Amino acid sequence: MNDQTNTWITAAAVGLINCHSCGLLHKATPVHGYCHRCGASLHLRKPDSLSRTWAYLLAAYILYIPANVLPIMTTTSLGSVQSNTILSGVNYLLVSGSWLVALIIFIASIFVPVLKLIILSYLAISVQVRSSWHPRERARLYRLAEIMGRWSMVDIYVVTLMVALVKIQGLADIDADIGAVAFGAVVVLTMLAAMSFDPRLIWDNAEKNNE
Amino acid sequence: MAGSISLMACHECDLLLRVDHSFAEGVVKCPRCAAVLLKHKRHSLDLTLAYTITGLILFVISNAFPIIDFQFERQSTETNLLSGVWELLDQDMYLLAGLVFVTTILAPFTQLATLLYVFLPLKFNHIAPYTVEVFRFASALRSWSMMEVFMLGILVSAVKLAAMGTIVPGIALWSFGILIFVLAAATSSLNPDLVWEKLGVSQ
Repeated sequence: MNDQTNTWITAAAVGLINCHSCGLLHKATPVHGYCHRCGASLHLRKPDSLSRTWAYLLAAYILYIPANVLPIMTTTSLGSVQSNTILSGVNYLLVSGSWLVALIIFIASIFVPVLKLIILSYLAISVQVRSSWHPRERARLYRLAEIMGRWSMVDIYVVTLMVALVKIQGLADIDADIGAVAFGAVVVLTMLAAMSFDPRLIWDNAEKNNE
Repeated sequence: MAGSISLMACHECDLLLRVDHSFAEGVVKCPRCAAVLLKHKRHSLDLTLAYTITGLILFVISNAFPIIDFQFERQSTETNLLSGVWELLDQDMYLLAGLVFVTTILAPFTQLATLLYVFLPLKFNHIAPYTVEVFRFASALRSWSMMEVFMLGILVSAVKLAAMGTIVPGIALWSFGILIFVLAAATSSLNPDLVWEKLGVSQ
């Protein structure tokens, strides 16, 4: 494996730019223009990848607090008002016996966002300190973070459907709450963080340290 | 693309590779980082077009009919895709309404519509104006279309509501169930390199 690593040549090393949109190779010039074939702007690596990733991650970390502390929906039934956060919603499901649904919501709303934040932060740090440790595994972690984030949206959709369906005159009514907005923002911000992270940076450092 | 060996770079690790494009069906992965480099499927263009048209029909049905009907104490409420968004708007949850609208209605519809715009003319060896831009846009949209996640949301809501009243599945629930598979099939039959190659040659 290691012998091979030294013979691997990247496009960047021989002065070629890979169009990120259509995959056409271009000769790198001092000023990167646009792809001849698809018109996308050319970059050797995603521009300001690390700073952008950190900015989105930081914003996501901050909003993660209100997303979990503030209620995501409020139920009014027969005059009594009950507000539920993500965690109390999971707890309610557990108590009422729907453990499978409780597990789904727990994984989608709590486990996945935390794991995604941790993975992306770890990847950004590892690139920042120019780590050459297990690039293939880190590449796999990146792919994992990229595909799993969307599933966190489940809770947002559940709130939307509950709000639309439970409006029984004088008996029960459900309102969406500010926590859901913060949570939706966390999902979107971590998606943007994953999109702005350039996985090629992982390999750039792995190469330099092997020289 | 008969017997063509060409130089390409891995989009995830930038490794420079010589790749043989002349295989009918299968996947080529990057030897270094294991990212999928090429994905060939027989009749890729026809399949993508067929799935896209099916998807559009199912999308219309999914929006025109109620997803579930919730009955409680002789009262009944129905919901379809749009009415959930309206309800959120009603409660001044603009950001949330926007997010749900984009991920369950706008992005999936635009994705299907843009694919139709690209693939229908390609079928007859034509290229519609701005196809390059439209196809690039369609590729960028993919991560924002979350139909399969919404489907899970429907199932979770149904379980939650079943504890409170009676749940009657609507027509849209079934068309939704099929739609997510059709969307997945459209994505997996699509071979972007084939499209770029066709678009590149014509310019």
